[in-house]
Amino acid sequence: MANTLVIAELHEGKVRKSTLSSITFARQVGGTFSILVLGAGAKAAASEVVVFGAAKVLVADDASLKDYVCERFAPTIAAVAKGGFDTVVVTASSYGKDLAPRVAAKLNAGYAPDISSVHVDGNKRVYRRPMFAGNAYGTCEVQTPVHVVSARQTEFTAAEPSGGASPIESVAVAAPDAASARVEFISLEQGKSERPDLGEARVVVSGGRALKEQFAQVLDPLANLLGAAVGASRAACDAGFAPAELQVGQTGRVVAPALYLAIGISGAIQHLAGMKGSKTIVAINKDGDAPIFQVADYGLVADLFTAVPELVGELKRTVA
Amino acid sequence: MKILVPLKRVADPDNANKIKVIAGKVDTTGLEFKPNPFDEYAVETALRLTENATNTKARLGEVIVVALGPKELDTTLRGALATGADRAIRVDTTDDALDGDLVARVLKAVVEKEAPDLVLIGKQQVEGDSNQVGQLLAEYLGWPQATFAGSIKSEADKALLVSREVDGGTLNLKVTLPAVVSVDLRIVSPQGAKSMHTAATHAYPEGVRFAALMAIMAAKKKPLVEMKLAELVGDASLKVTYGTAELPPPRKAGIKVKSVAELVEKLKTEAKVL
Ligand SMILES: Cc1cc2nc3c(=O)[nH]c(=O)nc-3n(C[C@H](O)[C@H](O)[C@H](O)COP(=O)(O)OP(=O)(O)OC[C@H]3O[C@@H](n4cnc5c(N)ncnc54)[C@H](O)[C@@H]3O)c2cc1C
Ligand SMILES: Nc1ncnc2c1ncn2[C@@H]1O[C@H](COP(=O)(O)O)[C@@H](O)[C@H]1O
Repeated sequence: MANTLVIAELHEGKVRKSTLSSITFARQVGGTFSILVLGAGAKAAASEVVVFGAAKVLVADDASLKDYVCERFAPTIAAVAKGGFDTVVVTASSYGKDLAPRVAAKLNAGYAPDISSVHVDGNKRVYRRPMFAGNAYGTCEVQTPVHVVSARQTEFTAAEPSGGASPIESVAVAAPDAASARVEFISLEQGKSERPDLGEARVVVSGGRALKEQFAQVLDPLANLLGAAVGASRAACDAGFAPAELQVGQTGRVVAPALYLAIGISGAIQHLAGMKGSKTIVAINKDGDAPIFQVADYGLVADLFTAVPELVGELKRTVA
Repeated sequence: MKILVPLKRVADPDNANKIKVIAGKVDTTGLEFKPNPFDEYAVETALRLTENATNTKARLGEVIVVALGPKELDTTLRGALATGADRAIRVDTTDDALDGDLVARVLKAVVEKEAPDLVLIGKQQVEGDSNQVGQLLAEYLGWPQATFAGSIKSEADKALLVSREVDGGTLNLKVTLPAVVSVDLRIVSPQGAKSMHTAATHAYPEGVRFAALMAIMAAKKKPLVEMKLAELVGDASLKVTYGTAELPPPRKAGIKVKSVAELVEKLKTEAKVL
């Protein structure tokens, strides 16, 4: 029977919604699971995750965990995992991707990165994961007794509360890695935005190189109207039209909203890798042969500078 | 500063949609091999950190490139030597004999032999997209890690200021060497990576540098040594093994709409997302 340790991710004192994807993974694997909430302020956040049916909610709350530094977080996770867990899972955010391999190395465990599903067959577990920018799926098996996994937020739907109240228990914060003496946290600069997080939004409005300096001017009214998150192609980010953290794609954020609007985006393989899983895809591009139309449910061949304002007007008229 | 940069070759990432799956295995026949883009960025970063941009001929450090794989990888390594790397190492093996963990353990052994100040590594190789080797290596070495670096500035060649690209923003770290740093896309932007020897105002051209013909000739004479995997690690067992692969399910064909009004109508009544 599996016993899984779910690593929660904290953000501004709250458990990130992405954590609920790892809980879904733990439920799918079966057996029992506990949730480890670590960071300064973890105690206060722990109560948010007591309603998911975890055997325990473990809390590592310490001033030394105020700012995220892998060399300070990984030792506590590994120490807790050694207390009887055979699986450690974290959602494949930039936090999870940074942390999980270091934890795996500490546990001498095999690591299944960025998985899209898990198939359990008795004692055998097969992980499925996108490769080649999502142009192939591979299946892998972990050969060590302990498995470390990062799970795709877009593929494991957020867990719903199952009621009950898991007991909260404090755990010791392990000594940081010796290497932590050579890492100094300086600052975390975050884009200020009233909009929903890209990974969680129901609608994403994404813009490409074509938007030029008018990126925000053209897309903001549409995004505001739809309550959407704003995304961007690499070319738009590299050119400085949009901040880097908006990049969607193989190397940016992976999104799968109910509605994705790709505006002035050609649809390069690396971009498609980050949005192909969206439920409904709309593309607006003046080049009818742009590859984005191959994945779009609804394509509009038009100049975006006239089509987008027109779309805003039409939505205001018919939907609002 | 002495920098080690691992290199992997990958099937042409811009044509990854042309790969096939034959008998449960990914088949990339017909796709040209290219260096993993993030590894090219790591080489460019290493060159920038070991030079003064006003005189790139004078090397202010050493860049060693290392690949794991068959003889054909010598071409990839020579390519890196031509752009300015000083030496190359190839650990003879095949892709099938490796997983990310073993790559990290082999690299650890190479680091122990070469004693670099810094390992600059791509954040992911775009075939497996696994994003793990840098972090595993850092732990195996007991070194600090700074992943997904979008900018690096060197300070007195002993410490690096690294801006990590994270979800929703940038996380700034100061890392004292030796360390492992994995690089992200924007590291090769004009202000992305810069050594303490280069003026703060200097702007590099966007992207990676190309090798001049003369340099390609000269690279043939630069040292390239081969090592055997068994000389570096005693235990070559894999922690993760791969089974059958498959193609993603195709998306059902979409339609082109004629007007904005038709688009809104379809989104409302057909897709029901408004
Ligand atoms: C290692 C690596 C990783 C990468 N990772 C990512 C990633 O994560 N995400 C990503 O997005 N890219 C990524 N890329 C880059 C990717 O290959 C493309 O270069 C990029 O996605 C192109 O962005 P774009 O579509 O905005 O620009 P372009 O390809 O220049 O396309 C612009 C489009 O706008 C259209 N257009 C122009 N004017 C108008 C107008 N007035 N009205 C309507 N349409 C118009 C054009 O027809 C064109 O199709 C990566 C590349 C590499 C090498
Ligand atoms: N077989 C390999 N040979 C050399 N370097 C590799 C190999 N596999 C991975 N790497 C390096 O590790 C980085 C991260 O790869 P990965 O963690 O597999 O996504 C790559 O960008 C390479 O620099």
